[in-house]
Amino acid sequence: MVERRTTLGILAHAIMIVGALIVAFPIYLAFVASTHTPQEIMQSPMPLWPGSNFWESYQTALRGSSSSLTSTPVARMIWVSFVITMIITIGKISISLLSAFAVVYFRFPLRQLCFWAIFITLMLPVEVRIGPTYQVVADLGMINSFAGLSVPLIASATATFLFRQFFLTVPDELVEAARVDGAGPMRFFIDILVPLSVTSIAALFVIQFIYGWNQYLWPLIAATSEDMYPIVVGIKQMIGTGESVSEWNVVMATAVLAMLPPALIVVLMQKWFVKGLVDTEK
Amino acid sequence: MEKRVFFRSNWLPWLLLAPQLAVVGIFFFWPAGQALVQSLQQQDAFGTSVTWVGLDNFKALWNDATYLASFQTTVIFSALVTVLGLSIALLLAVFADRVVKGATFYKTILILPYAVAPVVSGLLWAFMFSSSIGVVTYALHKIGFDWNHLLNSNHAMALVVMAAVWKQISYNFLFFLAGLNSIPKALIEAAAIDGARPWRRFWTIQLPLLAPTTFFLLVINMVYAFFDTFAIIDATTQGGPGKATSTLVYRVYFDGFRGMDFGGAAAQSVVLMVIVIALTVVQFRYVEKKVQYA
Repeated sequence: MVERRTTLGILAHAIMIVGALIVAFPIYLAFVASTHTPQEIMQSPMPLWPGSNFWESYQTALRGSSSSLTSTPVARMIWVSFVITMIITIGKISISLLSAFAVVYFRFPLRQLCFWAIFITLMLPVEVRIGPTYQVVADLGMINSFAGLSVPLIASATATFLFRQFFLTVPDELVEAARVDGAGPMRFFIDILVPLSVTSIAALFVIQFIYGWNQYLWPLIAATSEDMYPIVVGIKQMIGTGESVSEWNVVMATAVLAMLPPALIVVLMQKWFVKGLVDTEK
Repeated sequence: MEKRVFFRSNWLPWLLLAPQLAVVGIFFFWPAGQALVQSLQQQDAFGTSVTWVGLDNFKALWNDATYLASFQTTVIFSALVTVLGLSIALLLAVFADRVVKGATFYKTILILPYAVAPVVSGLLWAFMFSSSIGVVTYALHKIGFDWNHLLNSNHAMALVVMAAVWKQISYNFLFFLAGLNSIPKALIEAAAIDGARPWRRFWTIQLPLLAPTTFFLLVINMVYAFFDTFAIIDATTQGGPGKATSTLVYRVYFDGFRGMDFGGAAAQSVVLMVIVIALTVVQFRYVEKKVQYA
């Protein structure tokens, strides 16, 4: 701080508080709604303080209820989300580590072309090639499978780029030393390069976990059977086209459950998350 | 920058690249090529016969008033999301930069929406503004404002913009904060000694130095508004009322998977690809430049 200005300091706090309140309010409201009975939510206005229906709402959600539009238990949806997210996250990180290692540490024909082929995928988000991608996955018989829901999302230009940038900063002397000690390329990769990349890997893990957990459009079309819905797709199916929902407490309990894992990861791994964001995108 | 020291092998690099190239080839280039081919074809409703129609699909899009309206909707929506998202985030970042006490607490809350799935964000905002049970609708009604995003297209647009901006503020906020932190303190202090008050320092020093960050965020936010808001729209308005909040990406999904018009949807995909490529080229030309200066 350059100088002390009490008015400006108070203004800063006031703006931060207003900002934080607006940002937190929708999440708070979802939590409050999840602790009430459907009848309490239906009265206008709904209560703004938590009620006493917490356990009932969450139990109904986790076990599945017969009166909502989908009867799949949320516990199953969370499991589907978790498996897909893990395949996407670990898959992205591993194939990107390998391909970045190949383009940085080897000389071979078409090397630049390979790098650009990976890089250009940045320009082809799943949204723009949704129809044909669906057909390819259907032809491969991967609809409604964990592989079909995750593998098409696994290629990662940003992760490859990030690892490439990082590998380029690793001193050449390390390779020479490894060579002198008689280590081959894979030994160097596993014993030296991967351990050095741990911070980048952790940062990417956070970003990709959130990316995978929050995927919506792809699973919406690639999962046609209810028991393969990840939680963010399942919650939309619960409300159908909107207003006429009988169990808002269950829907909001599901929303809270859907937000919890990525939110915990962001809060607990804040430092790495920020590093991952700023490094990947710039 | 290149490595001076490298390994020699004819087959190992290909083995290492194989998984990534396989995924990229099968799930990116093949479908993208298919989209190009399909955009020149017309399939009948049962998928039994395919005929080449040349550029007819594109002509049909060009002559489709609702598609052109979706273009307009997308531009308005993206402009609102980008401008509001950037200015609110900048305001918060500038003041977060001044706050010392409780800074971590504020930051933690402000980055939370990043973790929320777009569809959940849409759901939360639709819940607050629901015409029957929404608490905000109730409050608005109390002050004499009747909110109904199911009937009023301006309300519907406002709702999707709010949900989309809410979701994106965290991201912009983090980048602005990082940008502000990287401005040398000596510059600010020198200006303060010269008698520049905080407001003037912001306009003449901080804001110009944030220009690179702002430009980067501008492109990222446009891409976000174009592509990542599908789930928000699907959860709040489903493109309605009428087609008032139906953006280009929502149309691709709607026409292709609900309307079963594969040729038309493929032509729309190609239009979108051209837009992404244009945006990406702008972004990279600029990033290249910046790397040279660094």
